[in-house]
Amino acid sequence: MKSIFIFSTLFFCLLGFSNNSFCQLFREPVYGNFLIQNAEIHTVTNGILKADLLIRDGRIAAIGKDLEYGDAITIDASGKRVYPGFIDAGTRLGLSEISSISLTNDFNERGNLTPYARAITAINPNAVPIPVTRIEGVTTVVAAPRGGTIPGTAATIHLIGYTPDQMFAGVEMLILDFPSSVQRGRWDRRPLEKRLEEYEDQVKKLNEFWSEAALYHKLKSADNADRVIPTYEAMLPVFNKERQVFVEVNRAQDILNALDWLKDKDLNVVLTGVAEGWRVTEQIKASGFPVITGPVLQTPSRSYDRYDRPYTNPSAMRDAGITVAIRTAEMENVRNLPFNAGYAATYGMGIEAALEAITIVPATILGLEDQIGSIEVGKLANLFIANGDPFEPRTQIENVFIKGWNIPMESRHTQLYDQFIERKPGLQLID
Amino acid sequence: MNCYFISIITTTALLFSALITLAQGDFHSGSVLIKNGNLLTITGGNLQETDLLILDGKISKIGPNLTAPEGVPSLDVSGRYVMPGIVDAHSHVGLDAVNEATNPITAEVEIADVINPYDIALYHALAGGVTVSHAMHGSANVIGGQNQTIKHRYGAMDPRDLIMEDAPRTIKFALGENPIRVHGEGYNTVPNTRMGVEAVIRQAFDEALNYKKQWEEYHESKENSTAGKPPSYNRRHEAILDVIDGKILIHCHSYRSDEIYMLMNICRDYGINQLIFQHVNEGFKVAPELANFGAMASVFSDWWAYKFEVYYSTAYNTTILAQNGVITSVNSDSRELIRHLFLEAAKAQRYGELDDNETLKLITLNPAIQLGIDHRVGSLEVGKDGDLAIFNNHPLSIYTIPEYTFVDGKMFFNRFEDPEDMRIIVDAEEEFESFMELKSGRGDHDCLH
Repeated sequence: MKSIFIFSTLFFCLLGFSNNSFCQLFREPVYGNFLIQNAEIHTVTNGILKADLLIRDGRIAAIGKDLEYGDAITIDASGKRVYPGFIDAGTRLGLSEISSISLTNDFNERGNLTPYARAITAINPNAVPIPVTRIEGVTTVVAAPRGGTIPGTAATIHLIGYTPDQMFAGVEMLILDFPSSVQRGRWDRRPLEKRLEEYEDQVKKLNEFWSEAALYHKLKSADNADRVIPTYEAMLPVFNKERQVFVEVNRAQDILNALDWLKDKDLNVVLTGVAEGWRVTEQIKASGFPVITGPVLQTPSRSYDRYDRPYTNPSAMRDAGITVAIRTAEMENVRNLPFNAGYAATYGMGIEAALEAITIVPATILGLEDQIGSIEVGKLANLFIANGDPFEPRTQIENVFIKGWNIPMESRHTQLYDQFIERKPGLQLID
Repeated sequence: MNCYFISIITTTALLFSALITLAQGDFHSGSVLIKNGNLLTITGGNLQETDLLILDGKISKIGPNLTAPEGVPSLDVSGRYVMPGIVDAHSHVGLDAVNEATNPITAEVEIADVINPYDIALYHALAGGVTVSHAMHGSANVIGGQNQTIKHRYGAMDPRDLIMEDAPRTIKFALGENPIRVHGEGYNTVPNTRMGVEAVIRQAFDEALNYKKQWEEYHESKENSTAGKPPSYNRRHEAILDVIDGKILIHCHSYRSDEIYMLMNICRDYGINQLIFQHVNEGFKVAPELANFGAMASVFSDWWAYKFEVYYSTAYNTTILAQNGVITSVNSDSRELIRHLFLEAAKAQRYGELDDNETLKLITLNPAIQLGIDHRVGSLEVGKDGDLAIFNNHPLSIYTIPEYTFVDGKMFFNRFEDPEDMRIIVDAEEEFESFMELKSGRGDHDCLH
């Protein structure tokens, strides 16, 4: 089989098509030991160091000068910068291929309360948007289902691998899209009364579900359940506090409603979205819950809000003492994560805090701070080399490492560029 | 009733505060001296610490140490960057309606009839340095309605005040999935394929030419005193004849390279030599043909994969088109992206190798050329409109913030003095806790724009 593939590849290449672009082949990632020399290392947790960095066995093995590096492949990074891989803790990456074609969308299971729908089983490791994302320096994402009150269980993945197990970063979380009476766009013509009615109904159903699941948990804990109920089974890690609950809330009133609902529940909670967090910073702060907010690049939620509210929202929350990470909520354009962080930086947050908001802060929220989120000895070698500040659009990301694998700097987008920048044949007709 | 009354009072109060703010005191006369700016002129290089004088809405002088004539206020912008007001070649802000989605051909309808001067998105655009936008009909129809180039004179109460006076007429065409979805799938009529899309355009052109012939025959027969009844006047045919005669520019929504190529062929056959493609995600695949035709491209910076016809696209489209000699602009087509078009343009430097000036052209001179208004806007030159966007850092840096925006020499945005609420009117039906489901740029896109 493989030889046929190689043969056809050769055939096309003999025809004059470029191997890389026409045949949609990627170079393989390379695993090995690497020494990155003379870099300006932006560690995030220990300032900026001028040093060498050794990658061995998939991890950051050493940082310093004159390191013993054995047979490691050396990469001269003079004048370059090294950053920890960016983390987007709220995406649909891998769960969708073409938004308008529903059969390519795997993030929205039928039913309103489907905690058993697990993203990790539906993430397509070969999704075209994955290389598009990782070559811009985003190395780890949360891929989350969406739609309905409990659309399912999200997964944290590293953007390398051909199976879910190779990609899985070890953490799943329950998604709770908290009920809202919000108008869902200009086309939503439901009158307010109707929306409030539906909201009450959704909360009622959520409460019924929640108490049944809690009861199941109680029976299970007492070893008293006589049968397995898959829907509630999926809730057990949540009640055991082994699994976080990502509570999606955006409007101020919805944030308050959710906080009120969460008051008597003993859960590991993260608030996500939180577009109007700036309106209710005190209440969020008092809750102690961390926040994953974004996108930053979006329109103000109300016509009378200041035009730059979405840009200043992350810094407003952070200034109030809330732990704030930044996400894109994207699928095909997760690569815009550094630009979302860059806007937060520009509009009050500052570069350092904005960088933390897409590295160590989400790593810590996810409980992966001993693995990723900064350049520290012992952590996974999830990092990239850039020729400048990665928030600046003109900067080029030159090398990406994920779990010590040197990633080919290729994607559908770069392949099409290579094929068409000087198209051959050009204008002439082909005889 | 009560609610309505309150909203009238609020509206009146708002109106006063907004208008007072919008007037920006001295800076609303149409004459102003901008002092010590780093001018990014686009056509005449970058000028450090240079002054720029606007008199009666037009740039009158550019140079060092200019003095303001009596009564003309000056604004010191030391350390800041001054660029021409940003031009968006594809937008729908300031409109009450977008799609007359009732027929594959609606050349007779005009966007000028649905301008909404109260749309807050006009102000958001100004806060992003955008002074001119091409308010377009939607993409539901193969031949859609006529568009309108507008200047963002936010605060005007009369829709006509937003119309850019001598901007050429333009019309929306649309190829591919959208007209097929609306008419083929929706109404079970032609077009249901890209073959049908071509046929609809050719038939529309032929019918318009037949109509023209009928009128010519009628006029001839009148001279011979044998005239019968005149043909009935048809606004649709009239508009399409103006397209064929080059009096109305085609701005065509398009994605795939085959359909782009198809429309160039039609235009050749009917003698149309000005053609601007919108979105044109696969333009890079036929860049040599576009350049050879002299067709232009108005693209997204990085949108893709939201539908099948943009699945095989690349963010390097802008660079490939520009480097193949196609006059290229970066547009918003979105109430979100229009607020930071300078970032969208800057992405052309991540996905390609355009220099700063070529990159800035993507949102200034090039869209102005595409709209036929480059004699008035798109660069800082004496005689052009006093449309300026002033930034605290270089506009292609992520760390830049637009601070002032001028249209016709009048200040319409001032980051330091504008109040939080910049609405001109309050919609009596809008809830106080109104909250539109939030959208990032792409979200807008599924609705046939």
